[in-house]
Amino acid sequence: MVVRAAEQPAPGSPATVFAGQSLIGSMVGELGRFSRRNTLAALGGLVGLLIIFVAVAAPLLAPYDPLKADFRRMNKPPDAHNLLGTDQVGRDTLSRVIYGARTSLFVALSAVVLGTTVGSLWGVACGYLRGRFDLVSQRIMEILQAFPDLILAMAISMAIGTGLPAVIFAIAITRIPFGGRVIRSVALSVREMPYVEAGRASGASALRVMVYHVLPQCLAPYLVLATTHLGVAIVIEAALGFLGVGVPPPTPTWGNMLADSITALVPPWWLAFFPGLAITVTVLAFNLLGDGIRDTLDPRLSPAFLRMMTGGRRR
Amino acid sequence: MRKYLARRAAYAAVTLLGVSLSVFVILRILPGDPLVAILGVEGHARMTPADRVRIMADLGLSDPLPVQYARWLVDIAAGELGKSFFRGDTVAELILHRGPISAEIGILALVVSWLVGLPVGILSAFKPNSIPDGLARAMSVLFIAIPGFWLGMLIVLALLFWFGYKAPIIIVHFWQDPWQNLQIVIGPAVVLGLAQGAYIARMSRSCLLEVIGEDFVRTARAKGLREGLIVMRHALPNALLPVITISGVLLGFVLGGSVAVEQAFGVPGLGRALVTAVIERDIIVVQNLVLLYAAIFVLVNVLVDLSYAWLDPRIRYS
Repeated sequence: MVVRAAEQPAPGSPATVFAGQSLIGSMVGELGRFSRRNTLAALGGLVGLLIIFVAVAAPLLAPYDPLKADFRRMNKPPDAHNLLGTDQVGRDTLSRVIYGARTSLFVALSAVVLGTTVGSLWGVACGYLRGRFDLVSQRIMEILQAFPDLILAMAISMAIGTGLPAVIFAIAITRIPFGGRVIRSVALSVREMPYVEAGRASGASALRVMVYHVLPQCLAPYLVLATTHLGVAIVIEAALGFLGVGVPPPTPTWGNMLADSITALVPPWWLAFFPGLAITVTVLAFNLLGDGIRDTLDPRLSPAFLRMMTGGRRR
Repeated sequence: MRKYLARRAAYAAVTLLGVSLSVFVILRILPGDPLVAILGVEGHARMTPADRVRIMADLGLSDPLPVQYARWLVDIAAGELGKSFFRGDTVAELILHRGPISAEIGILALVVSWLVGLPVGILSAFKPNSIPDGLARAMSVLFIAIPGFWLGMLIVLALLFWFGYKAPIIIVHFWQDPWQNLQIVIGPAVVLGLAQGAYIARMSRSCLLEVIGEDFVRTARAKGLREGLIVMRHALPNALLPVITISGVLLGFVLGGSVAVEQAFGVPGLGRALVTAVIERDIIVVQNLVLLYAAIFVLVNVLVDLSYAWLDPRIRYS
């Protein structure tokens, strides 16, 4: 009942307050409004949740051990035994795709959270402190952005060795300048607000003002950034795996599976098709969700998002 | 304009210097012993200390790092890019031999992206929220999500299965045999171009819609101009600027993406050379190729900025 009531009230009316008596009720109402306005985004979120569930529950869902070779059933096309077929050494493709979700999502999520957080904190400091610190930081971010993403990630993961942490670190570094630039511009405008000035006037230290007054304002753009970059991170992870410089085999990742599939003389289509489909669906889901969150939380970012990536160039 | 150009060029030069320094730092200082990086732990352990010293000196890796870095910069200025550790051909030869293929792919991808993206964007903006618009937007969302290298693999597989066709896998330059050459580059170019085209369609649609809401467009409507004329003549030129920027930014995706897409198509371009070098830990090659990719990206963005200033005088004089 609470749910229905929360979905109905006119926006901004006192009914909203009444219906959302409990915190959960108001959250559900909020979600209901969001999904009615952004059906596609809600769908993307739902699919995203489903994929996260698959990743977490992989041991329960996968029909076989993803690493166990079965030499009696090598290179089998999809049939009743192996729903998505088997690879060159008889490992079950479905199980590997399911376990692949684990690696891919874990790498992408950690990399985006790490990179965006570092970048955002840096951006807050740049936007609030300005001066020489900002100037130098901007040059550093420009340098980071001068590299094509994938190539920078390749070089870094080559330098610090392949492996899960290396890949996460490599992708995270490519995400830093995006957080830095966007959040910096937010911090620049927030620092001129009267309440920030009041904080400064009452003798708060720069650190305190940044943490308690500027940072909370950056939460919305931070969420937008993180979701929109999830898809990019997943593609970079897959590409690294595909090129053989990602998380090393035999760990099943979607990129590794694609790499495996083209080493065959006549590549089996199911090996090439299903992991890629998993990547596409995941990226699509997160992109749709990200677009929806952006439209809801921060419409100002919308057309400017890609422009922002150019280095905050104004029109 | 000249002042603007000088300032922009100076910025680019500083950025490139920083890029070269970070490439150098990433590849030399982070991982400890470069010989371990090249030979692997076991290979390194098998060598005598004398051998190690000799090879290090041979590679020019035993000098102090600042000296190495300075020498690298001097080498670049002289066009001497060092040698592959494994193949013995110089990096300059590698670039001259394989570069044209990758450059062709990049330029063709750009052409494809505009040929596909702009008309679709205009069509969408003509009748927003119509069925063709919805279809176009759905397609662009889809093509942004599909990883290029996967699409490439599927195309290669489909051609192989249904037509028994395989593109040539050796390097054929345009001036040697245009037809063969086209078969090599067209696949990657289309795949990369479609992904970019999706962004361009999206961007040109939103920019056009923004411009169409402005006063001078209403004036044009009030004069009784045809809708087609209004969009093409009055709105489009004003909406194109951001689309051009996007195109420059997208080059970063193309440069990075082309590495994976070349691998998927088995195209013997510069991207594949880079991948091979990374896997073989061929530091000298990686260092120069990464710098090259970054330099191209930076230079194209300078060109985009200049075209911007040229197209929009407001920027030049502000």
